[in-house]
Amino acid sequence: MTLDAAVADRDTPTFVRTVGLVAGREITSRLRSKAFLVSTAVLMLGVLASVILPSVLGGDDDTRIAVVGGAAAATDGVSGLDPVAVADRAEGEAMLRDGDVHAVVVPSDGPGVGLTVIGLDATPGSVVSALSIAPAVEVLEPAAVDSTLARLVAFGFGIVFFMSALTFGTTIASSVVEEKQTRIVEILLSTVSARALLTGKIVGNSLMALGQIVAIAVLALLGLAATGERVLLGGLGPSIAWFAIFFVVGFIMLAALYAGTASMVSRVEDVGTTTTPVTMLVMIPYFLVVFFFDDPTVLTIMSYVPFSSPVGMPVRVFLGETEWWEPILSLAILLATTAAAVLIGERIYRNSLLRMGSRVKLGEALGR
Amino acid sequence: MLELSNLSKRYGDRLALDDVSFTVGAGRLTGFVGGNGAGKTTTMRIVLGVLAADGGRITLDGSPVTDVDRRRFGYMPEERGLYPKMRVLEQTVYLARLHGWAPAAARRNALDLLERLGLQERVDDTVESLSLGNQQRAQIAAALVHRPEVLVLDEPFSGLDPLAVEIVQAVLTDAARSGAPVLFSSHQLDVVERLCDDLVVIADGRIRAAGSREELRDQHGAERWELLLSGDAGWVRDFPGIRVIRFDGGWALFESESEAARQSVLAEAVSRGEVVTFAREQTTLAQIFKEVVR
Repeated sequence: MTLDAAVADRDTPTFVRTVGLVAGREITSRLRSKAFLVSTAVLMLGVLASVILPSVLGGDDDTRIAVVGGAAAATDGVSGLDPVAVADRAEGEAMLRDGDVHAVVVPSDGPGVGLTVIGLDATPGSVVSALSIAPAVEVLEPAAVDSTLARLVAFGFGIVFFMSALTFGTTIASSVVEEKQTRIVEILLSTVSARALLTGKIVGNSLMALGQIVAIAVLALLGLAATGERVLLGGLGPSIAWFAIFFVVGFIMLAALYAGTASMVSRVEDVGTTTTPVTMLVMIPYFLVVFFFDDPTVLTIMSYVPFSSPVGMPVRVFLGETEWWEPILSLAILLATTAAAVLIGERIYRNSLLRMGSRVKLGEALGR
Repeated sequence: MLELSNLSKRYGDRLALDDVSFTVGAGRLTGFVGGNGAGKTTTMRIVLGVLAADGGRITLDGSPVTDVDRRRFGYMPEERGLYPKMRVLEQTVYLARLHGWAPAAARRNALDLLERLGLQERVDDTVESLSLGNQQRAQIAAALVHRPEVLVLDEPFSGLDPLAVEIVQAVLTDAARSGAPVLFSSHQLDVVERLCDDLVVIADGRIRAAGSREELRDQHGAERWELLLSGDAGWVRDFPGIRVIRFDGGWALFESESEAARQSVLAEAVSRGEVVTFAREQTTLAQIFKEVVR
């Protein structure tokens, strides 16, 4: 025990440095957990499979197309396509409107590969991707956005938000209870404030969650590019950017609520009893977007309600339904709700951390 | 000097601390004793700022204790715990850094301390893989790695193996010798008795006695004297001004009416033969504790 420590070796850490230390510990301990690495690998494989498998398996059921004249050379013998020769473009378009064929392939006069693929109301993605060359695409009766694509994007945002929020929300919850159960929390609280501890946990886990969705996005885009689904990529940019912003803010809100509710119990086994309401808040937007992705009213409401706006607003941005100010307004609502959630979460956390034994009542946790 | 003044704390209807005041002098090993639920842990938690008091104040060398001061406190809570899946060294370094140490110095401190605790072979093992005895040593490292200038230890000896008890005793003594105020609670009154300079006794949230060990003995010990002779001591029973409480061959325990009567007994004993012992009876801490808590 000496008191003559060199001054340079020790000072009073700032709030930011303390938060950095706590966040760093959260991240390293997560990266070292086998369970986390395995579940992340499974999730990544799932994403990759969902992007690649449809185009690989799609070949089993050949798509009927009408082929005009010289275009036959490019479509004959292509796996996944069942070409029907027609006299001219008009006949092909008639068959397309009748639903006899999925697409019409005609030789094109313009520059490029010399082929044009004509779809009825959407890009015939399976046809385009089956061709070894990228053709020009025409759509006869364009809907605002391809509905298959809209469904895909809505599902994509929904499932990524759902999985990441759930994974890292429950991670933060068990990390809070672990500290309480192992009693180390008392040593920590004698050194750092409850606020710094909670902020560090939220920051650490938010960074991990963000890292995961970036990895998923990169993987999905690479997968799409590799399978030739280039047509899907256009127009996704702005909605992905909004999704990332909304996700970070929305995740902070959920993380604060997870941490607060988890701190009310003393054993990891009991954590589900108090965090279930928060888990519901994560699951509801997922199911709403799965069932109502094509219902503009539901989607509009979802895009403003804080718990579902991280999914709802980017989908609407993608569909082109939004005015420029709408995402900003919704983000402001989300930010305000997040600020409130952090205050409530911190209060519950601070009041519950040292209460061991039976579950802390919500009223007591919210008290002074 | 750490000074607690008029602390009070209420849990619902129960007054857990009622006007608690005492001081922990610089360089003084202060023992904090009391029964279960007497208020020891609550008091220590308030000192560390883990719990807020309803009233009263705590000062260090005259100025109110701040969170900045508390980073230089070493605390061992009664409820032990570390991160089970973190490695011993990593965890100890992490705690030192939370207290404000630079990475390299934190690592150096941690390695020195772990070696002193006999854990140098185990620094890269996870805490959960350690034996119970080694986990306790790691816990001690966690409380001391930032070289605290004030020590507050809640039951530091409970559950320790004899070797660890010795280490902790040495650490406490060293800390006090270097001028740190040291406060520790214990159920083991014999350990407290052996180590402490000062004592604070608490019961039902109130301080019943506080002061140096000698003062408390003087205040609370009955004035009883012991005489041990090489020959028979039977004559003491009939000596004027003396009341013998217990007697056995050459040994007698007695109370005397006056200093003069006591001196006469001694003179008589010397004239009759060899005096082995003549001393005031040592009042044990257990006796004092029982008396003040009653």
